[in-house]
Amino acid sequence: MEDLSWTGLTGTILDPILMILAPLFAVVVVARMLLSMFEPDTGEQANPDGTLVQTGGIWGLMRLATVLLGVALVLVMLAYVASGLVLGPKAGILGAMARRFWPVWLALALTFALSIQFKRRLGLYGKLFDSTIGMIGFGLVMFWVFTALFSGVFDLIATHDTLAQLSGMKNKVPGTPVPDSESGYGWYLLGGDNLARDVFSRMVKGSTVVMAIAPLATLFAFMVGITLGLPAGYYGGRLDTVLSFVANLILAFPVILLFYLLVTPEIVATGLPQYMAMVLFVFPLVFSAVLIHSRLRTQPGKSVLWLAMVLVPMALVYLSVINEHGSKLDFWPLDLFDVPGGLLVVFVAVVFVNAPTVFRIVRGLTMDIKTRDYVAAAQTRGERPWYIMLWEILPNARGPLIVDFCLRIGYTTILLGTLGFFGLGLPPESPDWGTTINEGRRLLAVYMHPALPPALALLSLVLGLNLLADGLREESLRD
Amino acid sequence: MGLFILRRVLTMVLTALCLTFVVFFMTNLYPNLEKLAKSEGNFRMTDVEVASWLSQNGYRSPVDPDLLAAYRSGQIESEEASRGINTGFDVRLFRNYAEWLGVMPGYVIETPSGAVNARCQAPGTALEDAPNFCGILQGYWGFSSVFKDTVGSVIGTRLALTGKLMFWVMVLMVPTALLVGVLAGMREGSALDRSLSTFSITSTATPEYVSGVIFIAVFTSSAVGLKWFKGSAASAMDDANFQNFFLPVLTIALYGMGYIARMTRASMAEVMNAQYIRTARLKGVSFRNIVLKHALRNALIAPFTVIMLQFPWLLNGVVIVESLFNYKGFGWTLVQAAGNNDIELLLGVSVVSVIVVLVTQLISDIGYVYLNPRISVT
Repeated sequence: MEDLSWTGLTGTILDPILMILAPLFAVVVVARMLLSMFEPDTGEQANPDGTLVQTGGIWGLMRLATVLLGVALVLVMLAYVASGLVLGPKAGILGAMARRFWPVWLALALTFALSIQFKRRLGLYGKLFDSTIGMIGFGLVMFWVFTALFSGVFDLIATHDTLAQLSGMKNKVPGTPVPDSESGYGWYLLGGDNLARDVFSRMVKGSTVVMAIAPLATLFAFMVGITLGLPAGYYGGRLDTVLSFVANLILAFPVILLFYLLVTPEIVATGLPQYMAMVLFVFPLVFSAVLIHSRLRTQPGKSVLWLAMVLVPMALVYLSVINEHGSKLDFWPLDLFDVPGGLLVVFVAVVFVNAPTVFRIVRGLTMDIKTRDYVAAAQTRGERPWYIMLWEILPNARGPLIVDFCLRIGYTTILLGTLGFFGLGLPPESPDWGTTINEGRRLLAVYMHPALPPALALLSLVLGLNLLADGLREESLRD
Repeated sequence: MGLFILRRVLTMVLTALCLTFVVFFMTNLYPNLEKLAKSEGNFRMTDVEVASWLSQNGYRSPVDPDLLAAYRSGQIESEEASRGINTGFDVRLFRNYAEWLGVMPGYVIETPSGAVNARCQAPGTALEDAPNFCGILQGYWGFSSVFKDTVGSVIGTRLALTGKLMFWVMVLMVPTALLVGVLAGMREGSALDRSLSTFSITSTATPEYVSGVIFIAVFTSSAVGLKWFKGSAASAMDDANFQNFFLPVLTIALYGMGYIARMTRASMAEVMNAQYIRTARLKGVSFRNIVLKHALRNALIAPFTVIMLQFPWLLNGVVIVESLFNYKGFGWTLVQAAGNNDIELLLGVSVVSVIVVLVTQLISDIGYVYLNPRISVT
């Protein structure tokens, strides 16, 4: 088989168009930025009769030009993807990749079509589709979510095994055909790395690792932060002083140093991360228990039923997670599963670093909200403090918390990458992005293709999460 | 104000004590000490020998003499003896911490062979000349096993190199970030705002190890062929020039820049919507004067705090960038110390970084109060 070029057949038509459009778009954007310095400061103005006046002249023209060129660029990109879906490897590396990602495109198209169709009935999520920035961010995030899902659960997108080393493929450039490829995929789409493994498959599989850890770790950090932040903000006083001091203590700790201290094999051998997991992972249980009991306090039968239904499975999972044979914490006979090597430590480290920031945010929001009238009304009704915190204050703090949740997943992804970059925690053959970047950077001056795909993947995911958070913030402020 | 600063300083000292104790506790956990004993003494030591070495060098409480005697005389096997050793928590940790701080006299331990190990005795000097106290308060930071030098001088040289890096990062980052933020915030929603905001969001979403890798790949590799800069900043330690120093500086500056710019933009946009700006506009003050004379000063209060609070994050970036560009500064030293189990150096590094973080927090608090007349501390 032949080497693949980047764009193949489609390139002959689309490449020249892109070559003209892209620089033109850049020029127009820069020109518009410069021109806007001299724009008369009317912009859009609302007249008393309800009409809008917009700046016309050269500024209006520029606005039109950017929009048109932008739409044209997006259309060209879509054409690349569409041609790839149809032609496959004939459309070059990009085309072949576009075809490998077909389940993702399908899922994205469905998600967007359904969401836009029913956006008025979907609350804040639906409003996201009113903002371009939010939609772009949501698209980027969902792209990686679906990639992680389809490659992790259904084993669809990746072309090769992440650990398979094919002879003769060491450091080969993108699009190199695999020798004797009767079975399996014919090319290394993004080239081979230093150990002759497929860069494309590793990048795709890496998304699964990131997607499995980052959102869950962020959720745990939120559970810890909320469970401690609500009483600190609500009661204030000595409890607040102590908790804030501890939070500030962790925040003043340089993150890298903490990682090095927590994640090294010697410390793992002492069982310290497991003890920390024991403390940190109990918070979701406490949170759910208090949440249910504070609501159903007056109906004891129902309360016990719900508590049993929720807490028993959670407790089983909790005990299985913290218990591991042959380690310091080995007391629970019914160990359902073991967390694979190093994952628990990474998880604990990331939750531990994130929780104090969430605590501070929740505490601040609680202190603000507890002065509202509906809280006073609940107090007058004789509601218990925990009911007020969890069922009156928390729902009303959800806007900023959701926005911060998105941002924090991005930050957690960065932290995971940092851990991988220093080779801490995760096993060295793990395909996660940080580890792959770390491996690729050693030969960067000669071969750049092993390090760049995971770097760009991480960048796009974190950018997507940031844009999503921005879109959400904008839309929730509009209420 | 004086009381406020005093209270802050006291909290700071308490925080520093707690944090250094945590680091001390974690670096002095038994597996770390075991590794140290084996690398300093003999790699083939048995568990009992490790324990007795550690107790003779002041790291742990003495091993049970009966156990040791039984083991030495061959009455019990080494497996059985190793089960009798305490590898968990040891109360001596507190005393060691106090000695390390310099508030308790250093240990003097007589070994069975007759030699005397003393904490404060420098090699080649008499025991009588050794001072009673030797901890970080007395300026005794210990000896680095990786660099074969005193921790004080290692940290001194490395900190100077990182200081150079940080200086140029600040020179690049702060003005650019403020400019981007002010330009974006002075007209909310304009084309300029949207483009600059996109830039700052992208830069906050690009961690150092991503942008660094991209910069190295694009500007230094033979694959692209631009070769404008050097991929290693090792030569910049002695002789920094644009070619070998710009990329590491840019890489750190870029990640912090976005955040400061966004804060500045938010603060600027808020000020531009304020009543007194509207009054100035209605009075016919030109836009340039409104921005420069009326809005700018008030808009820069919030970013000041943010810039000061960026220091802890910059430290993170410094570690990554120094490893990536092979610039042997403070961050690189941290990695070396942590990777090679160099306990005293690691302690020294953490003391310095904790102090840097706490001092910047203090400055940011005081500066915020000082700059903003609306906030009163009493």
